[in-house]
Amino acid sequence: MKIIVVGLSHKTTPVEIRERVAFSPTAMERPLRELLALPAIIEAMIVSTCNRVELYATTRQPEEGMLQLRRFLAQYHQLAPAELEPHLYDLKGEEAIRHVFRVAASLDSMVVGEPQILGQIKTAYSYATEYKTVGLILNRFLHKAFSVAKRVRTETEIASNAVSVSFAAVELARKIFGSLEGKTVMLIGAGEMCELAARHFLNNGVSSIMVTNRTFERAVKLAEEFSGRAVQFEDFPLHLHQVDIVLTSTGAPTFILGPKKMEEVLRQRKNKPMFLIDIAVPRDIDPKVNDLSNIYLYDVDDLQEVVHSNLKERQKEAKKAEAIVDQEIGQFHRWLENLEVVPTIVALRSRLEEIRRGELEKTFASWRDLEEKERRAVEAMSAAIINKVLHHPITVLKRGQNGTESDGYVDAVRTLFDLQMPGADQADHLDPTE
Amino acid sequence: MINLVLFKITLLFYFAATACYLFDVITRRDQSGKVARWLLIGGFALHCATLAARFVEVGHTPVTNLHESLSFFAWTIVGIYFLFDLRYRLTVLGAFVCPLALVLMIGSSAAPAGPPEINPLLQSWWFPVHVTLAFLGNAVFAVAFIAGIMYLLQERMLKSKKFSGLFYRLPSLETLDSINYKCLSFGFPLMTMGIITGAVWANSAWGGYWRWDPKETWALITWFLYAALLHGRLTVGWRGRRAAIFAIVGFVCLLFTFLGVNLLLSGEHSFKSLQGP
Repeated sequence: MKIIVVGLSHKTTPVEIRERVAFSPTAMERPLRELLALPAIIEAMIVSTCNRVELYATTRQPEEGMLQLRRFLAQYHQLAPAELEPHLYDLKGEEAIRHVFRVAASLDSMVVGEPQILGQIKTAYSYATEYKTVGLILNRFLHKAFSVAKRVRTETEIASNAVSVSFAAVELARKIFGSLEGKTVMLIGAGEMCELAARHFLNNGVSSIMVTNRTFERAVKLAEEFSGRAVQFEDFPLHLHQVDIVLTSTGAPTFILGPKKMEEVLRQRKNKPMFLIDIAVPRDIDPKVNDLSNIYLYDVDDLQEVVHSNLKERQKEAKKAEAIVDQEIGQFHRWLENLEVVPTIVALRSRLEEIRRGELEKTFASWRDLEEKERRAVEAMSAAIINKVLHHPITVLKRGQNGTESDGYVDAVRTLFDLQMPGADQADHLDPTE
Repeated sequence: MINLVLFKITLLFYFAATACYLFDVITRRDQSGKVARWLLIGGFALHCATLAARFVEVGHTPVTNLHESLSFFAWTIVGIYFLFDLRYRLTVLGAFVCPLALVLMIGSSAAPAGPPEINPLLQSWWFPVHVTLAFLGNAVFAVAFIAGIMYLLQERMLKSKKFSGLFYRLPSLETLDSINYKCLSFGFPLMTMGIITGAVWANSAWGGYWRWDPKETWALITWFLYAALLHGRLTVGWRGRRAAIFAIVGFVCLLFTFLGVNLLLSGEHSFKSLQGP
């Protein structure tokens, strides 16, 4: 039994194609049922997000299965196969397992470490369980993928550093203040980025917000939006000592805050630290302010730089995550391989036993004058032959259980002895509760 | 000499814990920090056993020679660290404390172990009370010193906007500053009581509260430094960088009081006079 993956993602496909093969989340039943109806496919599920469309399935004939999935994608979305073909990738066995683990752990995402993808796969899986298109193997596989993603999340810091300017500001504030509970933010001027950052601050525990603007009505409106307090632009310096975080983005041509003023503010607030974020261009705050003790001034370029180094940091963490994925692949792959080893051995034994019984009956039928003792000798001898013959093949099959590739042998034994796999019924019979 | 065997095992534990802590900080693998913490807990338990064994063997609080004092100091520092660990859960603080304890322990193992004889004149219940208070105060200030170093590192990175891997591990400035303040508000009373009990003990041993022996003089200087910091914090709002620098300078002064005086200068506190005629 093999796991196969066919799909396309932001790495291989422009959005014009991606949007045409996306599956609607409100109508998953029909495509899932059609997938399961494909002759080579035993279990299947569909992951469809704005960045990727992927089909996960199990099959006994990987090549045939992948071909059918490719055809299905094109047919279902009424695309010419030639149009879709160059964008598709397909993976089987260990490579497919690795791929799904990496996707779930957000190592294959556009922004490495972004958390949405795991939720999207979970949703996709819940559709598949709802319509009972996944069974023993995919159930176990997806749960494993979720636990790998969780391990990556807890054991690496892949998602712990902000990769947007506004989040970077929140994170820096945390490095200065620790918790943001009870802190106050002042918003000077307006601007999309400034408002976004203010919103992030509010969502991360900041308790109150003060808004000021040259146009007072604008300040009032914004203050209402953030349930904060509006302040006249002329008066804002009077309130500076009450705030811990200042966000500025005015259109002023010169600095509106300098070191002299800030020194006074610091004295008023007994040197409690302040975090100033200057998003305006040209800048609102004199960079000399950063030389004051207990004040931390960041302008737009500084924040960009932080984001940049955080991205690099994520790349480093991604390497650790890959190591975790590698570890888990081995484990899961072994489980999958072993799934069929024991049933194959049982089937092989009973096949030979069946032959032996048949031949013994024939022999005893024509040789009626055999004594009980002789009969037993013949039985024992035939049993011994079978055990001797089976000894080495079974050793080889079992050796596969301890890690080395055994899939080839399982298939070979099945073909050579024409074994009906008990595992086949088991997998066909879907059991989504596993 | 069971205590010396225990001492060596303790040293090994501290060594292993330091290695794990450094590995944790450099590679940022959480498991390694957890292992380090357990190693340090194990080391501390063994250290308790070491000191208890030593106490039973020599019959007095084991701080009468350099070997004993350094080991005792390391023990109090690790103990105080665990108190902070309960409150703040900072692996990275351990990564700074543990090497300090290790260095002290290595120093201790390099010094001759004794067996020391205590000057019978000094045998009194004031002895364990005085040294325990003084050492606890020292240990709390050692943690303040470490928090101060961490503060300066973190502040440097935030100001210069250049972040090394350590940035992601170090706690917030406010946390470090609050550790500084906590240390000061616990360490200062401990130190004060250490000095007072010392004076009372001196009075009962020699019939005089204060003899201006070098240790006493330096302790007073250190006390004034910390008093100034406490005053500055409470009234003028000294905090952050300035408080961190003060904690570092204070600790250097304290180390000199603790070791420099005993080793370089003579007086009633030198190990020689502690050990009697």
